Amino acid sequence: MSSTSANAVEHAPSPSPGAARALLRRYLDGDEVAHVITLVFAASIILITSLLVYQLWLNSAASRHAFGWHFWISQTWDPVFEHFGALPFIYGTMVTSAVSLVIALPLGLAAAIFLSELAPRNISDTISFLIDLLAAVPSVIYGLLGIFVVVPLMRTTIGPALKGAFGFLHIFSGPNYGVGFLTAGIVLAIMIVPFIISVSREVLLTVPREQREAAMGLGATRWEATWKVVVPWARTGIMGSVFLALARAVGETMAVTMVIGNDPKITASLFAPGYTIAAVIANEFTEATGSLYLSALIELGLVLFLITFILNGLARLLILATERGGGHPV
Amino acid sequence: MMRIRLIWRKSLNVVMLTLTGVAAFAVVSVLFMILGYLIYNGGKSLNWAFFTQLPKPVGETGGGMANAIVGSMKLLVLAALMGLPVGLIAGVYLAEFGGRTFAFIVRYTTDLLNGVPSIVMGIFAYSLVVLPMKHFSTWAGGVALGIMVIPITLRATEEFLHSVPNSLREGAMALGASKWKTIATVILPAAKGGIITGMLLSLARVAGETAPLLFTAFGNQFWSPGFNQPIASLPVMIYTYAIAPYEDWHRQAWAAGLVLLGLVLLANVGTRLALSRGGGSRSV
Repeated sequence: MSSTSANAVEHAPSPSPGAARALLRRYLDGDEVAHVITLVFAASIILITSLLVYQLWLNSAASRHAFGWHFWISQTWDPVFEHFGALPFIYGTMVTSAVSLVIALPLGLAAAIFLSELAPRNISDTISFLIDLLAAVPSVIYGLLGIFVVVPLMRTTIGPALKGAFGFLHIFSGPNYGVGFLTAGIVLAIMIVPFIISVSREVLLTVPREQREAAMGLGATRWEATWKVVVPWARTGIMGSVFLALARAVGETMAVTMVIGNDPKITASLFAPGYTIAAVIANEFTEATGSLYLSALIELGLVLFLITFILNGLARLLILATERGGGHPV
Repeated sequence: MMRIRLIWRKSLNVVMLTLTGVAAFAVVSVLFMILGYLIYNGGKSLNWAFFTQLPKPVGETGGGMANAIVGSMKLLVLAALMGLPVGLIAGVYLAEFGGRTFAFIVRYTTDLLNGVPSIVMGIFAYSLVVLPMKHFSTWAGGVALGIMVIPITLRATEEFLHSVPNSLREGAMALGASKWKTIATVILPAAKGGIITGMLLSLARVAGETAPLLFTAFGNQFWSPGFNQPIASLPVMIYTYAIAPYEDWHRQAWAAGLVLLGLVLLANVGTRLALSRGGGSRSV
């Protein structure tokens, strides 16, 4: 903070010759030069990001002009006749993300509560460290385990069990191939749970101690104090962690590509193979013959970018709001 | 009546609190399951040939991924050369020079860039490098990874520069050092450990990236001299070998997975431990 105010003073214009000499001295000292150079590098990040958006916009022009809004509602994905619609991929992305969130949110929130409210500090730190490592595992490794461990497990154990218990529901009916929405959702859940845990834990730790003490002083059990006081206090930040995790699930490519089955169909059954936006880009980009095909894939990339942009922006706002203490319930 | 309610509340307390513990240990156990599977399956398949030989053509068993190991290293070096300086210098700007509005915009854009899905980063590098060059190349892969390195390095640099006490800045300036001299000789050395940690973590992260390389660096069954040809990398090799229908390729995919995971986790554990022991201020 003091450096900014010092800067402001230095930049104040003054017409005297002494000031001119001081300015010259600063140039010779290199301060202004260093300022400008670092400024250029900082600006380059804005430039790179704008260039990214521009390139996506530019290279998807052919597809945007050819299909317009129809791109969003068409279910046909036909490279041979060059007719492209994004709906099956948007559907697949939404379903897999939703499944992963349904699994990861309770698991992650529970673990975060354990780490912030119950575990002694050193155990909590050790577990958090291990969970950070889980977040560092490359997604292709998750894909590898997905193919050779989760898919067989799904085919032989999880799938039949779910069918036996909930087979009357539409989402748990139909043939079970092992690959599909549910498998992708499970793998995604494991990948995003570390993000929910680490952000939620930080947020829960910022809840003032008095809140817990007051609740327990009124006779609440530990769980009641946590669930009815601490968690509601931190809910904005927890929502932030959910959006962060959701952005990650939506953009995740390799692990999903390897277990979703890669079939652009809209099916109610979670056992059915599907396709996501990221997966179709990964699979078909190098094979895309013809500029319209490539352009359609790049338009899908633009869609993906916009979705994650919005989700990340929301997440950041929510987490910021909690950390500034604005997260308490009214 | 009150008594029953109390028993209910107390047992609910015990059950729910136990469940939170179970959830935490379940998540951690996934890490050990991942490690276990890779050490078991990868360890079985890992041999000397893996590190020294080229991939064998389809149908022949044996061979290795020497070219992919070297390829991954080449891509990482390119990414480091392109991304680290940008992240570092821009981080210095944010921490030492930045005003209010512009610094906020840069910070926000950095977070935005960090959140861009890796596959979209691949499209970006494709349109930036592959389209003009008209072929896949090591350069393109390096650019894709290099851009991904920038945000993490930048945020780590800024954070650790902020953690340097202001008294150091004031002390240096009181001795007559100019601002950039203060930064170069006092502030940066003081924050060195944390910044290097951030850099290593960012490299460890992109080392495992597959999606941005699929249509930039592409892949290669042979050595790739120079930087103008498509190049093999460990993550892409794992992907192609895992989804291929050959038993022997699956074996090699596990071996490659073990090597990649080992390197990534080693970098993470090493830097984090070094940081906590060195008394660095906060984790990245």
